[in-house]
Amino acid sequence: MQFKTIALIISVAGLATTAAVAQTKPKVDPAKADAAMKTAFPKAPADWHPRLVGDETMKDCSAHRNTPPQALAKTIRERAKATIQYPPDGKLMGDWKKGEALAQSGYGMRFTDYPPKRVNGGNCYACHQLTKQEVSYGTMGPSLLEYGKIRKFSEADTKIAYDKIYNSHATFPCSLMPRFGANNFLTIDQIKDLTALLMSPDSPVNK
Amino acid sequence: MTKRTRWLMTLACCTVAAMATPAFAQGDTEKQLEKYRQMMKDDPWSNPALLDADRGEELWKKPRGPKNVSLESCDLGKGPGKVDGAFAELPRYFADADKVMDVEARILWCMEKLQGFERAKLVERPHPGGGAPVKELGAIATYVASRSNGLKFAAKFDHPKEKEVLALGENLFFRRMGPMDFACSTCHADTGKRIRLQPLPYLSKPEEARKVVGEWPAYRVSTTHVMTMQHRVYDCFWQMRLPQVELASDASVALIAYLVNTAKGGNISAPGMKR
Repeated sequence: MQFKTIALIISVAGLATTAAVAQTKPKVDPAKADAAMKTAFPKAPADWHPRLVGDETMKDCSAHRNTPPQALAKTIRERAKATIQYPPDGKLMGDWKKGEALAQSGYGMRFTDYPPKRVNGGNCYACHQLTKQEVSYGTMGPSLLEYGKIRKFSEADTKIAYDKIYNSHATFPCSLMPRFGANNFLTIDQIKDLTALLMSPDSPVNK
Repeated sequence: MTKRTRWLMTLACCTVAAMATPAFAQGDTEKQLEKYRQMMKDDPWSNPALLDADRGEELWKKPRGPKNVSLESCDLGKGPGKVDGAFAELPRYFADADKVMDVEARILWCMEKLQGFERAKLVERPHPGGGAPVKELGAIATYVASRSNGLKFAAKFDHPKEKEVLALGENLFFRRMGPMDFACSTCHADTGKRIRLQPLPYLSKPEEARKVVGEWPAYRVSTTHVMTMQHRVYDCFWQMRLPQVELASDASVALIAYLVNTAKGGNISAPGMKR
């Protein structure tokens, strides 16, 4: 009996909190947000319209401000894993020199980047420290200095690095990092080059 | 040589000096940049945006457009023609337009309804390219904002439509979109972060929003023109790999409303001066 009363109090308190939150933070009807986005870009060509609406994973991450509850995090992780494609020959490392150039370049897919003059870049330095030589690096992501060396250049870690670049959500659901492979921003070969930049013993990342 | 020209030359020398030393350690670079920012603050007359504010004042007062009237009958929220302090209370709901408007949306509305300018033409290419001066609407916005300099952001957001717009702005701030999955919050929802060497303000945190939001419209040294807040949002969307957002769209006004509300109580020091 007593237990029931306590449970009732808790649930009523819970409802009250929900009501208070709902009052201060009115929920926005997703259809309304979609409509506002659509009308805000009247010049957008039809094939750009999908850019204005995130896919299921982005909707989940936005709704939870990138901290999804455990069960949803698992769903996102599984969903992401299913998108990862590997090179047919199974070799996950390409040319770190090309990878370094890609890490420097932020080119690609802006409305001023059409028709494309170069290949898309990974722009890794915007968010990560990678090499001692490059002092102009961002701090949104963790430092990747000596990434491969710290991991003893292991094969398992090479795959983990490839997966993170291809679809970071397979490792960290709702990661802030772009899904370079899954979103077709970079090609498999480019992702191999970036994996080499991180994991090759010759790469300046590991020097 | 006028004081302004002299200052600009000093600024140019400092910029070149700062750019010629890429080997600076992180802390040194930051210190140099801070020194440069302080120099700009020390001499408020050095900001080239003041020229645009003057141009904006002329444009505001001059009879223009197909109807050949001035904007002095434009109501920015405090009554027709009242410019002083109006910017500090924007965005707000305007019954005549049945819309919540920021300063640029309101000026656009007045240029269309009072002066007879064609809206489609005004929004066609609303922002200047690198090196070109801010467009007329932006100059007027710079003038209007400058007339709230020294005041604090005080938009109320108590009208139901204002609350609705604010909620939409917050929603859009966290909305991840585009081929890189970016949201405004990707870069602006944490403290002390940088993109390359550029520090990023945490715009959903009042203390940080108050420091930066009041500086817009601002003269941007890197592009040598005044950039308005609508232009700033347009530029973020460009970086997010989204298409060209229309000037004064509901989405951009909503985002600006969210920023201004977060910065509530913060000082307005417009036009500011940026990297």
